[in-house]
Amino acid sequence: MADEEEAELSEKQKKEIAKWFLLNSPPGEIQYVAKDVKAILNDEELYKEAASESFPLYNKSHMISLELPCRAGDVIITSYGEINENEYLDPRTAQVAIVDHIKQVCTEARPALDEELPSPYIEEFRCALDAEILKYIGEAYPKGVCSVYCGKGKDVEGPGSDFELVVVISATRHSPQNFCNGSWRSVWTIEFKDEIQILEFSGKLQVGAHYFEEGNVQLDAKHECKDSTVFQSPEDSAISIANIIRHHETEYLASLEASYSNLPDTTFKDLRRKLPVTRTLFPWHNTLQFSLTRDITKELGIGK
Amino acid sequence: MEAAMGLMRRIPPKHTETALSALLTLLPQHSSDLLSQVDQPLQVLCDTDSGKEFILCEYNRDADSFRSPWSNKYHPPLEDGALPSEELRKLEVEANDIFAIYRDQYYEGGISSVYMWEDDNEGFVACFLIKKDGSKTGHGRRGYLQEGAWDAIHVIEVGPDEEGTAHYRLTSTVMLSLTTSNESSGSFNLSGSIRREMNMDLSVQEGHLCNMGRMIEEMESKLRNSLDQVYFGKTKEMVCTLRPPAEVVMRLPDSS
Repeated sequence: MADEEEAELSEKQKKEIAKWFLLNSPPGEIQYVAKDVKAILNDEELYKEAASESFPLYNKSHMISLELPCRAGDVIITSYGEINENEYLDPRTAQVAIVDHIKQVCTEARPALDEELPSPYIEEFRCALDAEILKYIGEAYPKGVCSVYCGKGKDVEGPGSDFELVVVISATRHSPQNFCNGSWRSVWTIEFKDEIQILEFSGKLQVGAHYFEEGNVQLDAKHECKDSTVFQSPEDSAISIANIIRHHETEYLASLEASYSNLPDTTFKDLRRKLPVTRTLFPWHNTLQFSLTRDITKELGIGK
Repeated sequence: MEAAMGLMRRIPPKHTETALSALLTLLPQHSSDLLSQVDQPLQVLCDTDSGKEFILCEYNRDADSFRSPWSNKYHPPLEDGALPSEELRKLEVEANDIFAIYRDQYYEGGISSVYMWEDDNEGFVACFLIKKDGSKTGHGRRGYLQEGAWDAIHVIEVGPDEEGTAHYRLTSTVMLSLTTSNESSGSFNLSGSIRREMNMDLSVQEGHLCNMGRMIEEMESKLRNSLDQVYFGKTKEMVCTLRPPAEVVMRLPDSS
């Protein structure tokens, strides 16, 4: 009895460990991690359970994009477009993609039902913003995809009520042959406050990169910001929203570059200097001098 | 084992400890291989005799106790714990003293420990360890880092003295993580681990310590440099591929 319980606990534990590895996969590497996890578990059933619980979470949090059938474009897998675990709305084409999370493919698509789409009033704002963001993505991200979702108030029929649009931008680059993968994800939530005629922004940006040729080095950068602007017509709102997003993302990229350029001489120096404080290589051939200096510093009480 | 090492190459280096204990749970039959092949962040203990801190690793462990390089005693106390020969212990004491100065000159703080033991073929093995907390609450002189850890492990196998020269085989690992964080640019974390090897035949005229020290110094500079230039550089390149800096985009229309 006790043995059985123990065995059961360890099964559960094993699955949790497998999930932990899968969910901590770097951008674009879950399939490789899955292969290794499967080999280590050596238990098909347990692996399947772990995979079926982890892949949907990973795909959503990494906001992976999948090709729709019939070259209809890409659908981004996010919680904003999630209808159920295997169905994701692509607001631009009003298609619902049916996905296989573990294979990371879209197996088929169906037209969205009316109740899955926003009202014509909201759609006007959403569609105008989508067009502006598409333009921006085309300029700023060589391999970016974007989607604009209605976060809240999709059934608002006209002026007088608040609603919320969510801009999702996802850019990934996988080049395993160069031992390098990376992803840029941003989520912008824009609240349209009808009464005060203000748009309130909150942005979450996340950038990750992994370089693993004879080593394992990863970048994990996150940033959050807020802004606001005035409520205007759908077209004018779209233009100012896109401008604000462009501005913040450009600034953020500049701050990332600054963090990198600060590395050699400031930040990295706090871990280890390039040269000793003496600015010359360590005198290994003449270390006797140190026992002398050490005695002196001790005597004078100037040591640390 | 191969799959386990594959995972260690992909899991974020800052999660190394969690990943290793997870693998140990899943693969208890490979635990000694895992412990010897996966480097993990160094732990520290205080030597109750000298009041100084020392670093723990597989090489100063016996059962559940660790030998301090300062007092040569095991913590917690252990009867019959393995000790280096008297001669080697002399070299170990000297190495600890000198290496502490080396460490202070390059790291401006941190903790170091050197352990030595005889090996089976008339030579000996030395393990040089450095741990530095470079965060502003730790030993970060400049106070830029929210979090900053550098762990260096250098293991040198020294062959027997043959006509005045000895063979030195150095294997070094550096693990690091640094985080800066502020309101305008959010949090920025780089973490990584790399391991390299270096082999040399050197005259023992100036002594083993001098040879080992020079090799370690050269290796540490190389590792620091490749982390800085190559590894961090590659992740930066990746960021700029994902979203090229504005001047690149803006330069295009102008260049016509």
